[in-house]
Amino acid sequence: MSGLNDLYQEILLEHNSKPRNFKIIDPHTHYKEGFNPLCGDRIQLYVDMQDGIVSDISFQGSGCAISRASTSMLTETIKGQSIDKANLVFEEVRKMLTEPDAELNLEVLGDLEMLSGVTDFPVRIKCAMLSWHALKSLLENSEDPVSTE
Amino acid sequence: MNQKDFKEYVGQTSVEIIRQEFPILSQLVNGKPLVYLDNGATTQKPVCVIQAIEDYYREYNSNIHRGVHTLSQIATDKYEESRDKVRSFINAKSSEEIVFVRGTTEGINLVAESYGRANLAEGDDVIISTMEHHSNIVPWQMICESTGANLKIIPIDDDGVLEMNAYEALLSDKTKIVSIVHQSNTLGTINPVKMITEMAHQKGAVVLIDGAQSAPHLDVDVQEIDCDFFAFSGHKVCGPTGVGILYGKKHILENMKPYQGGGDMISSVSFEHTTYNDLPYKFEAGTPNIAGGIGLGVAIDYLMSLGMDNIANYEKELLLYARLQLKQMEGVHIIGEAEEFGGVVSFVMDCAHPHDIGTILDSDGVAIRTGHHCTQPLMDRFDIPATARASVSFYNTKSDIDALILSVDRVSEIFG
Repeated sequence: MSGLNDLYQEILLEHNSKPRNFKIIDPHTHYKEGFNPLCGDRIQLYVDMQDGIVSDISFQGSGCAISRASTSMLTETIKGQSIDKANLVFEEVRKMLTEPDAELNLEVLGDLEMLSGVTDFPVRIKCAMLSWHALKSLLENSEDPVSTE
Repeated sequence: MNQKDFKEYVGQTSVEIIRQEFPILSQLVNGKPLVYLDNGATTQKPVCVIQAIEDYYREYNSNIHRGVHTLSQIATDKYEESRDKVRSFINAKSSEEIVFVRGTTEGINLVAESYGRANLAEGDDVIISTMEHHSNIVPWQMICESTGANLKIIPIDDDGVLEMNAYEALLSDKTKIVSIVHQSNTLGTINPVKMITEMAHQKGAVVLIDGAQSAPHLDVDVQEIDCDFFAFSGHKVCGPTGVGILYGKKHILENMKPYQGGGDMISSVSFEHTTYNDLPYKFEAGTPNIAGGIGLGVAIDYLMSLGMDNIANYEKELLLYARLQLKQMEGVHIIGEAEEFGGVVSFVMDCAHPHDIGTILDSDGVAIRTGHHCTQPLMDRFDIPATARASVSFYNTKSDIDALILSVDRVSEIFG
């Protein structure tokens, strides 16, 4: 299958073996867990939000290479961005992975375009989307920070 | 025994001949010959089963147990013949003890709901084990919650073997039901069900054996085991989906209330009083899966013609061959190393998550199952999120195992 090389590109494998921002930010203002009960992938996002800006973001958890690399790239892309920009990136990623004919803003996507290889593997799309959904949910409740105990 | 030199024969029948009976096997998947190693999830169907289902719909489709017309009598006879084939397949005493259900899951739910609700009281115990499928956990959780009974869990050791001393310690006069998997769908462990049953009976408890993974691979004898209930699914023994069997000892089934009400399960109905039908019909409300039941009978004929012992012996050779090679691979770890095992080999790899293994194998035409296999508590026991599981059937070959190993090698190359 030709798609396999598009799926497991070197940059994805590299993010999988050396994930960026793989730690817990302490203290953080926001926390959200993404869990896929069907496959058991589980990731936790930690965000430090200051004046509507994601000033720091990190993650923990376990999952397949796709979910791990996607989450690692998410943290790289979203770090330092405003909530509005983060929502814009989410929307582009969602379109890229779930709407085959959508027009994409490649400038917004940047390196994330590499994740498009997953569309040849429909059962794996949820792996790539897991942390993005967690981010979306976290941003929607940005006025209502989750306590860390 | 030289595990690389076994002959590809099930008894006297060559596997090459057997494979010709399974049309689905001779196809390309992603440009590669299909290597189907997901038999624990469902088995493929031989031509005779596919033909029997078609014959029913083409030639004598009609409802059973009621019409006086000819087609209805043919359908009824075939359906009841199937019931007797099932009786013989698991060596039950009487076909009254064979209840058609949708599958193993419904069989267990029937016992939990009918037997459990009537016989469990606050403070009673139901015993299951760490290696149960969710379908042998959740029905008991539900009935325990509504009756106030407690669910007790038999632990397992690192090889995936039940800790029988712990089981003995859990048993007491409060134990009312013991429900245990015969052969684990994730580990392959074959449990000592005869001994488990005997120990439970000494405390006056009844025993249900989840046979979803044993019926396809072992010669099951419910009288020898002496279990009170035994459940299995048609689609895992080369039969159709949507049909399964609950065996129950006659005197126990007789004293149980119906699981569902409706047509076929009654003798007479008035608005004042309803008399339930005899066994096994009391538990078979509504029009059943007639084609499925007939197809299951044909599947059982086919398996019995090959011989369950022959099937077990051949599959064991295949699995030993697979396990031997996987064990020699760097960074590959087998989960479940019981001495008594069958059906499956589960493994994890240091370099790759099971879902990535599954995707890469699929691109080579190798179909396996990845995930928690509906045994999440078991995953927690081994502190892993998931495994990759190859599960064999008697139509698999040594070259299927070689293709598996080659593809696992490729996972190491990509992720290593």
